[in-house]
Amino acid sequence: MEKAVFIVAAIGSVLSAVWMVFGENTVHSALALVANFFTLSVFYVLLEAHFLAVVQIIVYAGAIMVLFLFVIMLLGVDRRDQYKETIRFQFPLAIIFSMGLLGVLIFTIRAAFDKTSFTGLSQANASGNTQGLGRLLFTHYLFPFEVTSLLLIVAAIGAMVIGKRRTPAETDPEDEDA
Amino acid sequence: MAPAAFLILGAILFSLGTLGVLLRKNALIIFMSIELMLNAVNLTFITFARMSGTLDGQVLAFFVIAVAAAEVVVGLAIIVAMFRRKQSASVDDARLFKW
Amino acid sequence: MVAAVPSIVRADWLVLLFPAAGSIILMIWGQRMKRAAGSIATLMMTASFVVSGITFFRIVGRPAESRSFVHTIYTFFHAGGFNVNVDYRIDPLSITMMLVVTGVGTLIHLYSIGYMRGDPREGRYFQYLNLFAFSMLLLVMANNFLIMFVGWELVGLCSYLLIGFWFDREEAASAAKKAFITNRVGDFSFVIGLFLIFVHFHTLDFGAVFSSAPTLITAGTATAIGLLLFGGAAGKSAQIPLYVWLPDAMMGPTPVSALIHAATMVTAGVYMVARTHVIYDLGHSAAVVVASIGAATMLMAGLIAIAQDDIKRVLAYSTISQLGYMFIGVGSGAYVAGMFHLLTHAFFKALLFLAAGSVLHALHDRGDITKMGGLWRKIPWTAFVFVLGWLAIIAFPGTSGFFSKDQVLEGAYGAGHTTIWIIGVIGAAITGFYMTRLLWLAFFGKSRDTEDLHPHESPVSMIFPMVLLGIAAIIGGFLINGNGESGRLAHFLEPSLAPHPAAVVAGEPTEIVSPDLVPHRSGGLSAGALSGIATAAGLGGSAVAFGLYATGAWDWERRRQNPGLAWRALRNKFFVDDVYQFLFTSVGMLAATALAFVVDAKVIDGAVNEVGTITTKVAAAGRRLQTGFVRTYALGILGGGVLLLAFFVARAVR
Repeated sequence: MEKAVFIVAAIGSVLSAVWMVFGENTVHSALALVANFFTLSVFYVLLEAHFLAVVQIIVYAGAIMVLFLFVIMLLGVDRRDQYKETIRFQFPLAIIFSMGLLGVLIFTIRAAFDKTSFTGLSQANASGNTQGLGRLLFTHYLFPFEVTSLLLIVAAIGAMVIGKRRTPAETDPEDEDA
Repeated sequence: MAPAAFLILGAILFSLGTLGVLLRKNALIIFMSIELMLNAVNLTFITFARMSGTLDGQVLAFFVIAVAAAEVVVGLAIIVAMFRRKQSASVDDARLFKW
Repeated sequence: MVAAVPSIVRADWLVLLFPAAGSIILMIWGQRMKRAAGSIATLMMTASFVVSGITFFRIVGRPAESRSFVHTIYTFFHAGGFNVNVDYRIDPLSITMMLVVTGVGTLIHLYSIGYMRGDPREGRYFQYLNLFAFSMLLLVMANNFLIMFVGWELVGLCSYLLIGFWFDREEAASAAKKAFITNRVGDFSFVIGLFLIFVHFHTLDFGAVFSSAPTLITAGTATAIGLLLFGGAAGKSAQIPLYVWLPDAMMGPTPVSALIHAATMVTAGVYMVARTHVIYDLGHSAAVVVASIGAATMLMAGLIAIAQDDIKRVLAYSTISQLGYMFIGVGSGAYVAGMFHLLTHAFFKALLFLAAGSVLHALHDRGDITKMGGLWRKIPWTAFVFVLGWLAIIAFPGTSGFFSKDQVLEGAYGAGHTTIWIIGVIGAAITGFYMTRLLWLAFFGKSRDTEDLHPHESPVSMIFPMVLLGIAAIIGGFLINGNGESGRLAHFLEPSLAPHPAAVVAGEPTEIVSPDLVPHRSGGLSAGALSGIATAAGLGGSAVAFGLYATGAWDWERRRQNPGLAWRALRNKFFVDDVYQFLFTSVGMLAATALAFVVDAKVIDGAVNEVGTITTKVAAAGRRLQTGFVRTYALGILGGGVLLLAFFVARAVR
């Protein structure tokens, strides 16, 4: 049963990823990515990471991708992207390196984890996944947690500063692009 | 369901993400490819968490999601600013460091 | 060195100090002092002469073993077992030279005061002159080869400075360069000789080297050393093949020619051979070479002198010729004879040069004797002293030159070098000829002065030294040597010039050195016969010259217009200078041009520039890496990452 779900989800995951990377329409790509996130969520459930499965949907698919779509619509870049590659050797080298990476990774995985099996999280999830995560988060990982909150604030401020529309008086006179 | 399957799937998604970063010129597509890579890594973390029987991997994945969110915010702001300058979202147009 | 050291010897460094101090004082204030410069310089020389004189008188009465002293001034350096001290040796040989240098030097300084009056660089002149005196004294007072070499080089430098004193004259500057460079060639040979000495003796100290020579080195090594040292002497004392600088050195002021190129610097080579006589006694072949070259030079220079028209040039070649005589002397083992001729030559040649200077002074620097004549009426005192010098140089019986020349030839004959002796006799005849020609054409006969120069006599400051030298030239022979055989000079110089006891045993059969240090051979002509033959030759040559020029039987003026090949060869100095010019200068210039414009400009500069060009090209290729495309950078990052990963995985798996 688990296996069947995995296979279906896996196929869906890969297909949506391929559509995202190679699609012509940017909005379509964004939506494909959303689909990919959904399949990932399925995987998280399979892996007993219930909390994260939901967070994935809410944060990633629901917030981040929405942001993406906002920007896409705002900038109007859903036009067709040129496929002609202008940089020499970029295409073959990219294929080589990416497939090479894949090859190395698969080789390593097969060599290291071929015979392993899941210990399972039944014990760790005894009081529930969320509770277990919460316990860890507020004890061992408290500091990163607090820092992350700071990070979010900084990011928000940074985005505001960068994205601010500047009047002509505020632009740097030496800036040739302004 | 063997862990190796999840890991290999993660590897495949990761490679697809790198392909996207290298081959596409649209800044937004590149950014989305990076998100794909991050998610592949998340999958790997969570697999390891289940393999080791602890929840630390999931905590890390959690943090990855949070940081990715922050990153997307700033990154998109940059792309917007860049678009305002050049009226193009193509990454190839930012060539000021050319020799 | 058995007896107590006389206190004066310990103060003999003053002899060096006075001219050195004079030179330094004049270097700083000389140009401002003008007239006083000459007086200060002369005063310093006089002081040196006085000290030398006192030393001489303290030494002369002593027995032979106690006439040599060494006094150390300070330690020069230690270099790994090689210790060199700055010390001076006061022994009969060095005292003789010191007296000559300071004595003749003082007279010439005095003369220069009058001669150089009015010259804008008078102060410099006396500074250089004092520096020269210091250098020459250092050379003769040195107790080791290194200090002697320092003096050797310094006199070369002073020669350069003084020959080129009037440096705005092109020929003077060239002559100075020629002198210095030719000297350097000789110095190179000298230095190799020093190396050889050091290799065998591990010291350069005279005492150590000379006492251990017979035991430490073979005859072959001694010959090599002797030849190398003589190479330096050939340069310094103007022998074949390095004599070419001396005639051109006449471009300098005449007192300089008198002092440096007649009395002192050029005699340094003779002194050196005499000083290192132990080596030449051991390396007999080298001594023969020395004598032979001396003879050849004497003959060649004498012949050239016959055809020269400039008064100073005749005297220059005469000097080269007389130096040849000295080398015949010391090369034959007759070291005393060589030194004696050095002494007498210093007197009469300096005198002749000073007289020539007086003539030039009177005629406003016109030295062509074919345009002179009848000068004895206009500058009688100059003519008078010139006659005195003439008598000495043609070895008129009774003059100092007579005694010394006889001794030299006697020594050559006694050493078995008959050919050299014959050449010497011929040389005496030639000397008589050209000197008489010079005397007559310049001073006597009708005046051929086309420019109406109104010559006037020189001032007393110039006449006085000449007269003194004239007196010395005439009677100096008697005073110094008496009658040769058991002469006072031989007796005096014995501690310095006696052969090493071990060398006598190993000596050559024909050379029996007798107590008076003159070689004798069994059988052969007697001393009286030898003397007679030599004198006859000298007087005969003079008579021929008189006959040709004085009587007017031979219309030499007309003959001059169409000179025959022989006369042209002589006048052009056997074309030696031209050969040297071609061989060394032209070829050298060619090599230098090739090296400068081809090797230096193209090869070396090319290589250096090429390095730069390569850098530029590499950089030009390399900067294409910076495309500006983010995607290529990403490619690079990924590529590197993948490779690293693969590397580590491969390592882990193995």
